[in-house]
Amino acid sequence: MDIAVNILLTIATAATPLLIAAIGELVVERSGVLNLGVEGMMIMGAVGGFGAGYLTGSPWIGLLAAIIAGALFSLLFAVMTLSLATNQVATGLSLTLLGLGLSGMIGTSFVGQPGVRLPNLDIPGISSIPVVGRLIFGQDPVFYISIALTAAVMWFLFKTRTGLTLRSIGDSHTSAHALGIKVIRYRYLSVIFGGACAGLAGGHLSLVYTPQWVENMSAGRGWIALALVVFASWRPWRVLAGAYIFGAVWIGQLHAQAFGIPVPSQFLSSLPYLATVVVLVLISRNKRLTMMNTPASLGQPFVPDR
Amino acid sequence: MKKLLIALMTTTAALSLAATAEAADKLKACWVYTGPIGDFGYSYQHDQGRLEVEKVLGDKVETAYLENVSEGPDADRAFERLAREKCKIIFGTSFGFMDAEVKVAKKFPKVMFEHATGFKTGDNLGIYNARFYEGRYVLGQIAAKESKKGLAGYIVSFPIPEVVMGINSFILGAQSVNPDFKVKIVWVNSWFDPGKEADAAKALFDQGADIIVQHTDSTAALQVAEERKLHGFGQSSDMIKFAPNAQLTSLTDEWGPYYISRVQAALDGTWKPDNVWLGIKDGAVKLAPYTNMPDDVKAMAEATEKKIAGGWNPFTGPVSKQDGSPWLKDGEVADDGTLLGMNFYVKGIDDKLPQ
Repeated sequence: MDIAVNILLTIATAATPLLIAAIGELVVERSGVLNLGVEGMMIMGAVGGFGAGYLTGSPWIGLLAAIIAGALFSLLFAVMTLSLATNQVATGLSLTLLGLGLSGMIGTSFVGQPGVRLPNLDIPGISSIPVVGRLIFGQDPVFYISIALTAAVMWFLFKTRTGLTLRSIGDSHTSAHALGIKVIRYRYLSVIFGGACAGLAGGHLSLVYTPQWVENMSAGRGWIALALVVFASWRPWRVLAGAYIFGAVWIGQLHAQAFGIPVPSQFLSSLPYLATVVVLVLISRNKRLTMMNTPASLGQPFVPDR
Repeated sequence: MKKLLIALMTTTAALSLAATAEAADKLKACWVYTGPIGDFGYSYQHDQGRLEVEKVLGDKVETAYLENVSEGPDADRAFERLAREKCKIIFGTSFGFMDAEVKVAKKFPKVMFEHATGFKTGDNLGIYNARFYEGRYVLGQIAAKESKKGLAGYIVSFPIPEVVMGINSFILGAQSVNPDFKVKIVWVNSWFDPGKEADAAKALFDQGADIIVQHTDSTAALQVAEERKLHGFGQSSDMIKFAPNAQLTSLTDEWGPYYISRVQAALDGTWKPDNVWLGIKDGAVKLAPYTNMPDDVKAMAEATEKKIAGGWNPFTGPVSKQDGSPWLKDGEVADDGTLLGMNFYVKGIDDKLPQ
């Protein structure tokens, strides 16, 4: 029983950063902006979070700093693509490159320093209940944030008027503009929200997952998050499913290897990607629904006529 | 906007080349790393070697490096660029740079090239390597003494000879202490992904291993060991700060002395392409201070270290291959060629080697 609980806990830890970053990007893309800089914002969050935690000794300040670092960094993207109407793909890619380089520079003095770890939730008496206690009441705080965030984004996008407005901007910014909706303002806020989420995901990496700072420590997780959004056809609960399928297959294949099943490890390592894509494509096989969910003006620059 | 541009420009500059050319009469020595120098592992240790060159040879040399150079076709450009930027001696520090260096070395016959861990040489291309397997034998012995369950978890990157050699040496060391010692192996197919390494460590511990060994670069696995109050070994750098109660020792690389001697040779004009394989006795492979273990285990480890420094090879027969067929006869020592091309497991490993 213990091993099953451990496996589930490991899966949750692996899935959490993917889920948070993907949920943030989902909101950004729903507003019609394609930000390929998730990896860059994530790593800025990781270095910001580690640095603040290390310098102040408080992982909570670290987590806050991670969110702020991601948000500030995404502001750069927002100014470029929204105010200056640059190409979103190119700007997003350069944001990733800039983030990877800049974080390395900022983090030079943090290399080889043990950081601080965000403690797991520990409710006396409850967290120590076998199985349920540890799974539901004994995980790291960011795990709970990620679940709450997914629920909140679902509610916001599909149950509130502001969410509807945001989606309408993503579908047709010109129509939304003609209706008097402040397209650019909405998009600014979405991009910054996406940045804050990516930053939080990065903070999870350097404060919970592997409490340390090393260059490139996000190791491509931002890209996986981006892919999850597309394969989940811009639906929050599918992003959640995708992140957890990815995490589960990834951890499952590690256990399969340790168990000694005779399947080439290269194939096993590629399984999480394959499984996630297959499952999400199957879920979204209804073409009409997928079309409906795709933000129609995704990636197109918008310059309001006066 | 202007500020932003400047920021962008400075970052790209910093990213691409840390030190730039200035004086012409200095010898320019250059390095190419596959990882970031901030990995606190393999590339970090090579860069420490570069810094030692700067410190010891002072203003006779200037150095430059390229980091994060991916192995494969992209590496050509990195080496070519350094050669064009007047680097006189260039060290390529990763196995995957081999073909790129061979190609570029032919193009620039006046530049001295050195390649770590490979096996192809040329008129102006030497190779150097470290016998990490020597240290891994010692790790194996310690693991067998310290593990209560007789089971170690081993996290590995890619099935190249270097790695296979390490696993074999580890198990030979372990079985010299406990003939029934077992090892569980997990391939993460990456040299550097802290998250994956942590996950692999958790999986191995969950399956009953109580000691962790890694041939990947980050401190993540040791941190997991620390959290679970179990033990493990560091890799490349001394990682004791990350796992003060978990690290038994760490297998560290010391490239400084070698780099200094080679750059000095280049300065003196005596440089020739070489083929060296340095070990514990040369000080290129070091074991970090033995910690968190009883004195008798420590004494055993030190004795083995001394024996290896004295010239004894962990791959000394009798050794059988995984399927039980004989490989080394009693007293026979494996030759370097076989080791450098090693693509089989020795007896006692349950894993199937990916091909």
